[in-house]
Formats: sequence, structure tokens, C-alpha cells
Amino acid sequence: MIELSEILIGRFLRKKWKKQSVQKTIIRSPENYFSTIKLSIYVIISIYYKNGIQILIPRKPAYLQKSYLRNMNDATLQKLKILAESAKYDVSCASSGTVRGNKSGGLGNTVGGMGICHSFTEDGRCVALFKIMLTNHCIYDCAYCVNRRSNDIPRTAFTVDELTTLTIEFYRRNYIEGLFLSSGVMQNPDYTMERMIRVVKNLRVIHRFNGYIHMKSIPGASRELVREAGMYADRLSVNIEIPTEENLKLLAPEKDHQSVFKPMSYIHQGMIENMEEQKKYRHAPRFVPAGQSTQMIVGATSETDREILSVSSMLYRQPSMKRVYYSGYVPVNHFDERLPALQVPPLVRENRLYQADWLMRFYYFSADEITESERPNLDLDVDPKLGWALRHPEKFPVDINKADYEMILRTPGIGVKSAQMIVASRQHTKLGYWELKKIGVVMKRAQYFITCNELPTFTIQEARPEYVRKALTQKANDKKRKNPDQLLLNFPE
Amino acid sequence: MIYFIYDATFDGLLTAVFESFDRKLIPDKVISENEQIPLFIEQIVDIATDEVKSQRVWKGLQKKLSPSACSMLTVNFLADYPNLSTILFRYICKTFQSERSIETNFSDNDVLELSQLYRKVRYEATRVMQFLRFQKSSDDIFFGPIAPLHNVLPLVISHFTDRFADQKWVIYDTKRQYGIFYDLKSTQEIILDNIQVEETTGKLHKEAMAEDEKIFQQMWKEYFNSLAIKERINPKLHRQNLPRRFWKYLPEKR
Ligand code: SF4
Repeated sequence: MIELSEILIGRFLRKKWKKQSVQKTIIRSPENYFSTIKLSIYVIISIYYKNGIQILIPRKPAYLQKSYLRNMNDATLQKLKILAESAKYDVSCASSGTVRGNKSGGLGNTVGGMGICHSFTEDGRCVALFKIMLTNHCIYDCAYCVNRRSNDIPRTAFTVDELTTLTIEFYRRNYIEGLFLSSGVMQNPDYTMERMIRVVKNLRVIHRFNGYIHMKSIPGASRELVREAGMYADRLSVNIEIPTEENLKLLAPEKDHQSVFKPMSYIHQGMIENMEEQKKYRHAPRFVPAGQSTQMIVGATSETDREILSVSSMLYRQPSMKRVYYSGYVPVNHFDERLPALQVPPLVRENRLYQADWLMRFYYFSADEITESERPNLDLDVDPKLGWALRHPEKFPVDINKADYEMILRTPGIGVKSAQMIVASRQHTKLGYWELKKIGVVMKRAQYFITCNELPTFTIQEARPEYVRKALTQKANDKKRKNPDQLLLNFPE
Repeated sequence: MIYFIYDATFDGLLTAVFESFDRKLIPDKVISENEQIPLFIEQIVDIATDEVKSQRVWKGLQKKLSPSACSMLTVNFLADYPNLSTILFRYICKTFQSERSIETNFSDNDVLELSQLYRKVRYEATRVMQFLRFQKSSDDIFFGPIAPLHNVLPLVISHFTDRFADQKWVIYDTKRQYGIFYDLKSTQEIILDNIQVEETTGKLHKEAMAEDEKIFQQMWKEYFNSLAIKERINPKLHRQNLPRRFWKYLPEKR
């Protein structure tokens, strides 16, 4: 795909694109032409061609233009502030997984892969989607949530029109890739779902909007509504929030795991049926083409990393589950005895969980290998892959030129790409230190765990795990001391 | 010292290659007519761009190089890079002189340099897709001024025409003083001799701005500001992600 369009561009460039084109369309501001007409009329770029002669069409002055957006005013602005504030703690922002070209005449497309980050918040997160709540009114009282019933915060709700207009207008200005819609629960889950569906349906049907839409499915929503939402959204998500049911019940007395897992299975079934239909009719409408995702809050309750990861691995067994997000608990509600009194959110732990998640999805690790049952939490000082290697010195060193792919993948300092390149290129030549370096292996790490063409050097067998651990964490600690802010928060897809 | 001077078009560059082989003359440098010509040069050869000649060179290149290497050349042509013409020229000549395609021979400095440059130019194009912001003008055209490091507008046209098919827009390179205008059917190159943008703030002039534009810029800004989680602020990372040079035209950073 990419190659082809490149070639097209190449040709385009050669034929038509010249840095200095001979024929320029010069558009002047009207003062030059209509010096007699008072400056009330401006032309930016309305041009027409008539018999090859270019004429300028003065546009209507601003005060004569009728705006269909009279409903956008300060009240909307206030709502926007309140509801953005309420929505921000939900971390998922990847707008990935769908490639959909624009249908002719409509607005928008999705580009697949990472999606496009249009901005970055000051805490370093990518802003790709317009993440907003339809309302922050809520009949529930979840202890970990800013919007719970018992909090005294300003409450408001968008009308369907307001929200669609905002989305469209933001999109038209290239601020966003699409919409991420969630909501507090008004009256009951189905009532809320219905209103949310009206927004996404309006966008797709009336505004012919083809950008990305991620919609939260409200826990407890009915099957029909989940199905309908899936016809319009690219991705649906139902958040588990708390990994074990007893803790969920403790913190969110009105919710249980059933109310979460049911909609999840509706989505899953919908996708499977849709796949069948697609086989039969190529143009069958697609049901949540980007799958579903979910989120767990980390650090608000007593679950160990081992428990959290086993829930994730269970979820990943459904092919429709594309991502599990982990959100370090930000203490939004003080004075609640059920919650820990944290000063800062557990960012390092959150980061380690993402790394562990990565290991499960791309490195063939199983959930119970990543932590030991005696030490059920992840080591905060070393990443989980290195942690595993240090606990299993008997598996190393790995012979780069002989070992099978999975074992090479498990070696610290070697990523998926390098592992593939190693397996491919060792068929041609034996690999040594320099070849590995060129391939992109982090030798500082890998050196303790591999043997290659040269004589074995100082590996974990000679050095002992304690030494390796020290050697590899020392540098990291030095670095941290130098710039303590350096904690990346990235959510690669 | 022999200098080739061409008219800053890609065809011109290819013609220069043709002339070099034809006249058996190897220039020390190839420069475009927009560049400064040094004072004391023994010989200056003016290259007259000739589509027939350039076509022949291009056909030859397509035979010797993979399609991706060909497009690498055209993409790199858009770069702002010292000595670019000469490097491209040498690359093309070497391609014709060698038996095998040189495109993966990274021990050759020109090959390496161009492959690195290619990545930079592509990345800049991505950034334009990320950080371009349209402002609605009072005649319903969405105006997006931007000043990218390289001349990457040609690389992003197809993205924007696909995405914003139902609105008129202009993407304007304020550094290179030209833009692309999309009129719902096709795109064309335009030059505005009076761009209606305030020098300091990057906003459209009040008279040129659509009535509702201001409120949406404001809304976006407010929205953006309320997104950051204060417990997690990290200014260094922020600047890395969102380079300062784009801030002028971002409503959220104004
Ligand atoms: S249902 Fe959702 S919005 Fe309502 S309190 Fe619980 S987490 Fe918050």
C-alpha cells in the first residue's frame, strides 16, 4: 500500500510538482483590486475561472453570514470544561486498529496502526481522541470515581446536538482523530446507553462521519443496545476497574462482575457473527472493527500483580479483546476509608504492568511465569523480563546461533524485531558481537545471557544473578537520580 | 571546479545527470538556481531542463532501482538539506555506474545519508498530519498555516484530501510561501501575497475569521487544559512530543 502511493506521489512530483511552478495562481487581497470598495469586504481565496481569466469573488462580510452554530456559547464551554475534567482519568487513547477510507463526500477516515496523536498533554499522554463524557451525573457511588453520586461537584450534561457539533467541528479543524465517548449512569444503564447511541448514530448517519469512534458500554446495558452501539463504533469497551469481584463489590456496591462480563460477551458474540456475515457478503456492515478493550485500576485495592495479570490473561483469551489498560490509581476522593491514602499514583507499578502485559502478548510468556506465587508482585527495580531471567539462571546463557526463537525472545536486551532478524540472518553467517550490535540488540543487557560466535564471556553462570542484577540496576538508578521526571508513560499498540 | 546549475525542479536534476553522461563532464557540485553561486568558479554549466532527457533518466532509474528507492529519491528532493542536489546527483550517477543496485550499500556515505534523510522527511510529514490546525475563514475555507522543516506538503495532500473531502481547505507553508488549495474537487498550488494571519499569534485576522471560529479555538484550548493530570506533569517529555516550533499555530498552546 505505502509503496504504491509513494510511487504515485513520485510521479506526481515529477510531472506537476515543481518547486517553482510557472503558472501561479496569485490571489490578492481585495484592496489591490477593489480599492474603491471599502475594506469591509475581504477575499481570502474565493477564486473562479472564467474563460481562463481569473476573477475574484468578494465574499459576504462576517456579520451577514448566518451561523448554524448559534447554540455554541459560553454555557457549552462550561459544560465542556466540567465534562472533560470528569473524563480524563480514563487512560485509553489509542485510536488504532481500523483502516477505513473516506466514503465519497463524507468526512473523515481512520488511518490504522497507531492512529495520529494530534497533541500531547502536559503529562505526556497522546491526545488522539476527543475524550468526553455525555454527562457526569451518576446514580452509582463507586469509591474510586470522581463522579460518584456522593461527591459534591458541578454536574452537567451535553445535549446530543451539542456533542455531535463539537466532535464534527473539532475534527474539521484537525484537532482529533475521533470521539471517545463515555458517560455517567443516568436513570439506568439502558437509558444512558440509548442516549450515547444517539450521539454516535447521529455522527455516522446524519453527519456521515467516518472518523474513529470509541464508545464505552455501560455495565449492565442490554444486549440489543450493545449490538446497536457496535454497528456505529469502531471500538467498544467495558471497564472492569477492579480485578476481583469482592473488592469491586466493596468499592462499587451497585456493580458486580456479571454486569461487566455480560456486555463483554455480547460484543464478542457480535464480532463472531459479524465475521461469518462478512464471509458471506463482502459488504456486510462491520461490527466494532477495532475490537474491545478494558481497564483495571491499579493500587486502589489489595490485589497483587499476579492476580491482575491472571485476569488480563483470561481476557486476552477472547480474540476480540485487543487491549487491557492499567491505570495507576489517582487519589481523587480523599476521606474514604476503603481507599489507601496515596500521595502519588503508583506510576512505576503501572509501567511494569504494561511491560508484563507486553510480555504476554508478544513474547509468549504466560501470566504465572511473570510472577512467582511466593512473590506475587512485580519487581519495581527491574523490568519483568529481566526479572524472569534473573530467577531462572539455569536457562542461560543462550547460544544465539542455535537456540530456538522463543528462547532468544526471552533473552533480556533482545526485542521482537531483533529476535526475528537474528533467526533470519544466522542462516547466512554465524553471528558475533558486532553483528548483534548492528541488529539492534542491547548488548549491555544481553551480554550476561548469551554466548555467540566468540568465546563465552562473563555470563550469568559465572557472575551469579545477584551481581547481574546489581550491574544492571546501578545505571538505571544513576540515571533516575539525574533526571527524576524521566518516567515514560507510553501506550504502544 | 565545475558547477552545474539547474532550475530547482526534479526534471532539471535528472537532465543534469543526462548532460553529465552525455558530455562526459563530472561536476564538483550541483546547485539549484535559488542557491548562492560562489564567486570564483572555473566553469558553470547551465542545465536547460528537458523533459525528454529527464524521462529517459527516470526510466533508467526505474529499471535499476526498486520502486521504494525511486520514491526515496523524490521524497528526499523535498528536503531542506545542505548539498542536497549534489548528493542526489551522485547517488543517481552511482546507480548507473554500478552493476548492482546500490540502494542497500550503507557503507557508501551518500546512500547512508539519503536513507537517514528520508526518515527525517517522512517524520516531518507525519508531524504535519499531527499538528496542522485549520482555522475556519469567513468564506468557509479551512485555513491551515504551518512551517515545516522540509518541503513536505506534497506528501500530505492525499491524506488531507481523503480525510477532509467535504470541506474546502488550504494548507499553507508559511516558510516556503506557497500552499495547497482544495476546492472539493481537486487541489492546486496557490500563492497568497497577503496571508491573513497575525504575525505574532498565528491566528487569522479578525475580519477573515469565521464567526464561530474563535469559540471553537477557545473550546479546544479549555478542553486541552483540563485534560492534564496534575500529579503527572512532565514538561520535558511534553516538549519532546510537541516541539516548540509548532506551537504558534496550535490553539491549545497559544
Ligand atoms: S458508574 Fe461510572 S461514572 Fe458512575 S460512579 Fe461508577 S465509575 Fe463513576
